[in-house]
Amino acid sequence: MWCIARLEAARLFLSAFAWIMLALVQFLLSYLFLSHLDYFVQIQGQMSAIPGAPGVTEMIIAPLLNNAALILLLIVPFITMRAFAEERRNQSLSLLMTAPLSAGQIVLGKYLAYLSFFTVQLLLLVLMPLALLAGAAIDLYQLSAGMLGLLLLIAAFTAAGMFISSLTTQPIIAAVMTFCLLFLLWIIDFTTSSSVVGQTNWLGWLSLLGHFQPLLSGQIHSMDLSFFILFCSVFILMTVRRLDAMRFN
Amino acid sequence: MTILLEARNLSRQYGATMAVQQIDITVKRGEILGFLGPNGAGKSTTMNMLSGNLAPSYGEIRINGFDLFSDPESAKAQLGYLPESPPLYRELTVSEYLHHCARLNGLRGKSLKTAVDLVVERCGLGDVSRRLIGQLSKGYQQRTGIAQAIVHRPAVVILDEPTSALDPVQIRQIRELIREIANEHSVILSTHILPEVDMLCDQVQIISKGKVVFADSLEALHQKRRNNSLNVTMLNLPPAEVLATLPGVTAIEQLSAQQVRLHYLAENAPTQQLLAAAVNGQWQLQELIHEQDSLEDIFMELINSETQRRGKD
Repeated sequence: MWCIARLEAARLFLSAFAWIMLALVQFLLSYLFLSHLDYFVQIQGQMSAIPGAPGVTEMIIAPLLNNAALILLLIVPFITMRAFAEERRNQSLSLLMTAPLSAGQIVLGKYLAYLSFFTVQLLLLVLMPLALLAGAAIDLYQLSAGMLGLLLLIAAFTAAGMFISSLTTQPIIAAVMTFCLLFLLWIIDFTTSSSVVGQTNWLGWLSLLGHFQPLLSGQIHSMDLSFFILFCSVFILMTVRRLDAMRFN
Repeated sequence: MTILLEARNLSRQYGATMAVQQIDITVKRGEILGFLGPNGAGKSTTMNMLSGNLAPSYGEIRINGFDLFSDPESAKAQLGYLPESPPLYRELTVSEYLHHCARLNGLRGKSLKTAVDLVVERCGLGDVSRRLIGQLSKGYQQRTGIAQAIVHRPAVVILDEPTSALDPVQIRQIRELIREIANEHSVILSTHILPEVDMLCDQVQIISKGKVVFADSLEALHQKRRNNSLNVTMLNLPPAEVLATLPGVTAIEQLSAQQVRLHYLAENAPTQQLLAAAVNGQWQLQELIHEQDSLEDIFMELINSETQRRGKD
């Protein structure tokens, strides 16, 4: 399993693609970060007059992480499309299939490699809020809850992307399908959000955003955590099944 | 000799069509088995099944005693496979790629390093080991593919058309490499090139439309050459009637004013009598060539007879 992760991570970081992606995402996020910061500085005077006004964490960090989640929603499909679709198109999957490894090890290995890549992205991201420590007091607990949320979100994105990548031999189709699925899961509760408060809606429960938002505001619910863990496990298991089934057709 | 790979009753169905039907394969230690057939005969399907990339509809496969389906990990550890298009990662260097392949097959630490060094040397990849695979010529890519299949010293190496799309020099080098590999491993070689089988293999299986039409040693295939003839050139060629009197000659074919082809039955070759008569009659013999059915003729015959037989069914 670790050797697959190592192989996959090596392939990922050796390609210019990964670095360009990291750099561009970082550029976009830093621009957003600066504009949030700018806005905060502008209205800071008025804010200080209001008792109980939102602080730096709510005004800068939470929106930044929210933006980051959206950008990652766009980026993840393009990384995970490589997982199986590209391998099948290059016919290099037989290398892994002939090696003495189970389908579970192959899938988990690849999953870990992609997660490690996105963890690098998150580490780069978290530097920006931490830079605020130089001049302001930030709520580190809320920040870590938000980062945990982002990590879980990425784990969910990656699991779904990997499964879809195993369905097709065209990487681009895999990317588009992954994006559509993730976007649908993102907005699925837009229609239900206006419904009566307290009424649980299964569509709303499926929403990734609905489980991410509480984490962003610093609330860690075990229900949200179990949702993400369940989401990841289901997609990983389906990928394993799919890889096993590939030998039959 | 130990049997390293044994497949029984292997069949594969795609929808209603049977791509491969009831194939039995046995490979002993140190043998090269040539798996021969025209394009689309089911060679690659069979290779994919033997390497565990494709599940057969029926039948069983044992590799060095391990069942490929009930104990796939132990069985696959004994197996090296080069598919029709080598499974290479173009963004890695040869050396990086081989290290990863060895690691996938469970090699670690010092034994990993020695295994990679050895295989780089054996496959003649020393000069290119630090170059990106994507930039290499087809011949070197093919060698890297072979290196990948043998780096973990498997008991059985399966090579699917290893010399296709190479130039003649590269083909010769790859063939030499395959012969060398066979000193230590059993090799299954699928190909549609006949001379390759003739040069490399000990055992031959010919398949046509998913069925085995011939399975025996290479000598047995050679013995199937039935039609024998002598191609004779003489400056002072006697008339055909004179030649026809030689014992054993069944037919005479006039090729030119000075050249004839004498057909005879395999049991009694008229060579000695012809030479004696030529000296006595001062026929001035210039050239005497023994001709046989080429392997190609046998191959075509085997495949056609199978097709015809099936036509009658």
